[in-house]
Amino acid sequence: MWSVIKARLKQGFRTGTFPHTRPVLPDRFQGLPCLDNTRCRTDCRVCIEACPTNAIGREKDGIVLDSGKCLFCGKCVPLCPEGVIRFSREHDLAAFSRQELLRKDSSASHELQPRAEIRKLCGKSLKIRQVSAGGCGACELDFNVLNTLAWDMARLHIQVVASPRHADCLLVTGPVSKNMLLALQKTYAAVPEPCFVIACGACAISGGIHAESPEVCGGLEGILPVDLYVPGCPPHPATLLEAMIRFMGLKLR
Amino acid sequence: MSETFLRLTNPGSAALADLPVLSFSEFSSQALRVIRERGGRVSAFFAVPQGAQFRLILVLALDQEGKLLLSATDTGSEYPSLTPDCPQFHWFERELFEQHGIRPQGHPWLKPIRFNQSQNIPGVTDYFTMSGDAVHEVAVGPVHAGVIEPGHFRFQCLGEDVFSLEISLGYQHRGIEKRLIGGPDKKSIHLLETAAGDSSCSYAGAYCQIIEQLSPGCRVSDRNQALRVVAWELERIANHTGDLGALAGDVAFRPTMAYCGRLRGDFLNMTAALCGNRFGRGLIVPGGFGYEVDQTLCNKLLPWIEKTAYELNNAADLLFNAPTVLDRFENTGTVSAETAREIGLVGVAARASGLQQDVRFCHPYGFYNQLPFPLASNNSGDVLGRAQVKMGELIFSMITVAHLLEDLPLRGKTPTKYRLSGNRIAVSLVEAWRGELCHVALTDASGKFSSYKVVDPSFHNWFGLAMALRGEQISHFPVCNKSFNLSYCGHDL
Repeated sequence: MWSVIKARLKQGFRTGTFPHTRPVLPDRFQGLPCLDNTRCRTDCRVCIEACPTNAIGREKDGIVLDSGKCLFCGKCVPLCPEGVIRFSREHDLAAFSRQELLRKDSSASHELQPRAEIRKLCGKSLKIRQVSAGGCGACELDFNVLNTLAWDMARLHIQVVASPRHADCLLVTGPVSKNMLLALQKTYAAVPEPCFVIACGACAISGGIHAESPEVCGGLEGILPVDLYVPGCPPHPATLLEAMIRFMGLKLR
Repeated sequence: MSETFLRLTNPGSAALADLPVLSFSEFSSQALRVIRERGGRVSAFFAVPQGAQFRLILVLALDQEGKLLLSATDTGSEYPSLTPDCPQFHWFERELFEQHGIRPQGHPWLKPIRFNQSQNIPGVTDYFTMSGDAVHEVAVGPVHAGVIEPGHFRFQCLGEDVFSLEISLGYQHRGIEKRLIGGPDKKSIHLLETAAGDSSCSYAGAYCQIIEQLSPGCRVSDRNQALRVVAWELERIANHTGDLGALAGDVAFRPTMAYCGRLRGDFLNMTAALCGNRFGRGLIVPGGFGYEVDQTLCNKLLPWIEKTAYELNNAADLLFNAPTVLDRFENTGTVSAETAREIGLVGVAARASGLQQDVRFCHPYGFYNQLPFPLASNNSGDVLGRAQVKMGELIFSMITVAHLLEDLPLRGKTPTKYRLSGNRIAVSLVEAWRGELCHVALTDASGKFSSYKVVDPSFHNWFGLAMALRGEQISHFPVCNKSFNLSYCGHDL
């Protein structure tokens, strides 16, 4: 008993100040991709060919980087002779629509505008059931991290629930392996209507690195209607938490 | 009797022509003799299609001698099963049957392990059943109550006691091995880094060793080898710390659960300080190390590790000195040394059952060759044993990381171009944090992968968890499961 109290004093109070302040990110963190298409040479395909997930495509006036496919590996950055692509340190990457994940310039990511119906339905709380559908475990682990005392998402009224019957939304990770498709659909059906869906990570959004595998469905598109896209491989805990808070329409900073 | 094996050290490669192809009777008798008499362990057993036939390739690890023995045999659509003589083959033969339709005749429980053929519905298969009074069946999953990966568990209970547990996986199957054929290409390393996301560094490391073995003249500098050890050990520390916290959580001991949950994040952030990604993506690359680590970064990491190590010791002390915790850990989920050896357990689970088995120790690779290395082990085989092995490894790993960062070898070149030679076979073992991770690659005449086999430590150990549960109460499942903490996606690939 005494040793537990002593340890408590030694360990101290360690819950971070995020989301009320900006998160502490590693120096080498690769956040929101920013493009300077004025410098892009139209005759060059180096970045397009180097991207392991075909996240970069060409349009008339330059390149488009799909942050829903991007692994944030940064391989394209040193290859570009003109320095068109840069990964900023911005952790706020989420979007409400697939279209908003396409990056063509270096504008800030779309501020998620609170959706009235979510506020009306969920109030200030969000109960989440997570389904891993072929995920590699990294998205799941970094979602779990939000439950530790360092992030403590329960103080923001966000909670993981054991049963889909108790959930407001599904958080799906992984490229939706064919073997998990039925279980995912059944879990979705078991959530009381309306069920919001969060696609967490490149795999769930687009299939990510596994998109072309015949054993997966290539992400949630065409399987479940997605309400919130959170890019990353895996998304940093700050990215995911910020996305959920904004989704709920809570005040941040 | 003479032995016909291709002998390699880890990591190693040889010309495919040097791989002896034996008749089946010779192949099986030699393999079984090495397993029985010299403590051989099945590291990999897989088939390579050759026209209408198949070539079965076996990799045996001799832990005491530090050698790998390889041999092969050709077979049609069936052969006499090796499992009745050696249960280590159990899962491998089920995999052969599922992937290629090769029937090991006389296999005691032949059914799919990944359900990746179109006629199979995952989880729908025959299970052991019992009947009688006080008998009941509990089915759990694939979607669980916590935030974990999917798997199906079928318990046959007699009153409160678990008579048998069957584990049915495959939900995470993404077809990674198939997609590696024809490589290496720009996707290969990313596919392997996401094979099991909590072991990205180990997977990337095993893959890079394969590339380096197959590319003549590709040598990794001492500095980069040392940095790889830093990456691997940080991965181990983060995961073991998380496991200690989760074990505490499963027996409702909140202080250690809370502290370890946070401390694990600290170690992940140290990995992120190296490369920006908390799971070490992009840290280990063919020929070297993906990021520059300068003195400033070392100076930042060293006091950070020291402080976190102190806090971790404090949190772990609480756990290992709480009578309520010890009561739940001791004599729970015991796997005897004999069972562990028989079913071929690897890693933490094997060492907790008293087996002297650790790739870093028995088959040292890279910079582990130059490190003094104790082997953390325990003879109890229970949950406490596995927790203590993790704790022992944590201490050594933290010392190693600090020691390496204090005195990194001088800068070395990172070769960027590599060319794989053709018609070769390469084997690479790495001690991932769960245990032995084995990669085997074969190249065709043009130096492309014609076959790439991955054996995750979980592939060996899932059956160990099933054995640990026998005779336990069903309420002990969470803590037993956490003490193994096996990978679903690493198994399913």
